[in-house]
Amino acid sequence: MSTLKDALTSALGENVTLRDAQYPNSVISCTVPKEKFVDAAKTMKKAFALLAAEWATDESPMGRGFGVYACYRWGAEYLIVKTEISVDDPTFPSLTKQFVPAYRFERQIKSLMGITPAGHPDPRPWIKFEDWPEDAWPLRKSFDPSKPMSRVKGEYQWIKADGEGVYEIPVGPVHAGIIEPGHFRFQAVGETVINLEGRLGYVHKGIEKRFESLSWHEGARLAARVSGDTTVAHVLAYCMAMESMAGCNPPERALWLRALFLERERIANHLGDLGAICNDAAFAFMLYQMMRLKEMLMRTNHKLFGHRFIMDKVIPGGVAVDIGPEGKSEIYNEMDYLSKEFEKLVAIYDENSSLEDRVRDTGILSAEMARELCVVGIVARASGLNLDCRIFNPFPPYGQYERLKLDVPVLVTGDVHARAWVRVLEVRESIRLIRWLLVNLPGGAIACPETMPEPGSAGFAAVEGWRGEIIYWLQAGLKGEINRCMVRDPSSVNWLGLEQSIHGNIVPDFPLCNKSYNQSYSGHDL
Amino acid sequence: MIKILLQILRTGIVTEPLPPAGEPGIIGSGIKEPCIIEPEIKEIGTKLEEAIRKRFRRSLTIRQVDAGSCNGCELEIHAINNPIYNCERFGIHFTASPRFADMLLVTGPVTHNMEIALQRTYNATPTPKLVVAVGDCGCNGGIFGTSYASLGGIDKVIPVDAYISGCPPTPVDLLNGILKAIR
Ligand code: SF4
Repeated sequence: MSTLKDALTSALGENVTLRDAQYPNSVISCTVPKEKFVDAAKTMKKAFALLAAEWATDESPMGRGFGVYACYRWGAEYLIVKTEISVDDPTFPSLTKQFVPAYRFERQIKSLMGITPAGHPDPRPWIKFEDWPEDAWPLRKSFDPSKPMSRVKGEYQWIKADGEGVYEIPVGPVHAGIIEPGHFRFQAVGETVINLEGRLGYVHKGIEKRFESLSWHEGARLAARVSGDTTVAHVLAYCMAMESMAGCNPPERALWLRALFLERERIANHLGDLGAICNDAAFAFMLYQMMRLKEMLMRTNHKLFGHRFIMDKVIPGGVAVDIGPEGKSEIYNEMDYLSKEFEKLVAIYDENSSLEDRVRDTGILSAEMARELCVVGIVARASGLNLDCRIFNPFPPYGQYERLKLDVPVLVTGDVHARAWVRVLEVRESIRLIRWLLVNLPGGAIACPETMPEPGSAGFAAVEGWRGEIIYWLQAGLKGEINRCMVRDPSSVNWLGLEQSIHGNIVPDFPLCNKSYNQSYSGHDL
Repeated sequence: MIKILLQILRTGIVTEPLPPAGEPGIIGSGIKEPCIIEPEIKEIGTKLEEAIRKRFRRSLTIRQVDAGSCNGCELEIHAINNPIYNCERFGIHFTASPRFADMLLVTGPVTHNMEIALQRTYNATPTPKLVVAVGDCGCNGGIFGTSYASLGGIDKVIPVDAYISGCPPTPVDLLNGILKAIR
């Protein structure tokens, strides 16, 4: 029973062909003819679905042309609509008019795969810089990734604002702090920002292409390095997609330990962000207090699991480290200490009126805009959208809702404060979860033998990382190798939210607003 | 306000006080933090302070450049600034502009798209300058290797004086590597 599938088949009838070999079976995948691709999107829009991702594949090794895929989400359902594109006419109808996030996805498809979205309002490349050779489409199978690329002449066309008193502030790619590179251009009148345009792609390392030359096992190491701050969630999504294609079911204990790692990663990053948000409002006290607590978590990770970020500890088939009784009691004590200290700091945050003055009503992303942009994760939950894969697309233990009773905070104001407060509430909940996981942790093995994905199949997984929903879509080739690995970090959609939030705010509030989003550059640029 | 002051007092000084190796860390009013002090810090810290005093007149100014990292290395560079490692006490400062920098701390395999920006940052840094390549990526491209998009290490683009391997290197590795570079 799938609402989205029913909506699609009743609207498009015979034009919809269901596809098999897409795992897990709960994710429905179908093919529609190219001329019905937009109709499918319209139907999805009417059914209140959101666009989760859009990507393209080169299926020439399978004797086909290109494939363009759009993945829609409605509550707990995911539906993938594919359309096949012939090599002679590499165009597909654009979905930008139906779903705003398609704006970036499609520019990316055009830049990296060389298929043109017909009817797209913006012909500029994305991630691909203007100094790449015109025909450098790295995701095509005919492209040789091992050769260095030459540079050609070209210039990015920025959106311009004219008028009396309008001036422009360019920032980046090398920013003032210790952060990732990206370029932002503000058009401002006096102190007020009237437009912000981001340009990303500086850290494009060719990750998606790289996957295609790696074994499944090495792929997990690469997935762990897509975005270093979210290493657990990324590799987890990769492993879950792969395991679904390989019919591999990790033991119960492994799944619980994965959840433990995921929640520890969430707490650590949220602590860091809360500190950094306050610091950008000139409240350095909070930064140092939060960093102190974060460092404590990092050290415990290192001591118990062998890595400060728990990198490479989630592996295909399970996890690589176990936890003993001393480890459990150590984390238990740590959580007690953390919880006590954290509450004191939250009280200080809450009562500080000068801080409040900066964070309230700053950088608002309205609920309507959040829906329109299909944002995910903390950003969505601060703007009234109730999305969390731990509820809607859970793996055990999250699936045992009756026992776990996971509480997902959703706020409505959509300002910097809301994004900070969602984090506060999530830290509390994660502390509770970790305690619960430790008490109820089932026994048994921590990994099962790794099995290989079925040739020609595709796998999908969505995991709630600390930023939000991370999607991996894997496709195995005819020999069972990785033919395509699509990565959708939450930042790929949430960057659009930041650009909208800043409208009408003053320039000095940008860093604050940016911190409250804290998007990944690496996860976006790939 | 009173709560802030109380919290500051209660927290006390959490910076690793360079104690004998392996002693449990103590926080302000005697609450035991569930982690132990890293014994290496004592040794490295003392040497770092000495080298910076002698060679940089007490102040080593660093500009960090991300040339395509996954952000893992950045998190650890942040960590050496946290109150536990507190690298400022050895005289290490991070600056916003390469024009004030003695040292560039560069992460990532150098992406095709960052190559020019990295070169410009290098040129903007006054000589004499030191370049330290951070992380497996910075040393040799790491898992991203050499490809159309990744140049495979900092020394493919600018001269490098010291390498800090690790994925990511721990804060202790970082301090050690910086020490190696300035000695
Ligand atoms: S060395 Fe490791 S942690 Fe550092 S940027 Fe490279 S992949 Fe990320």
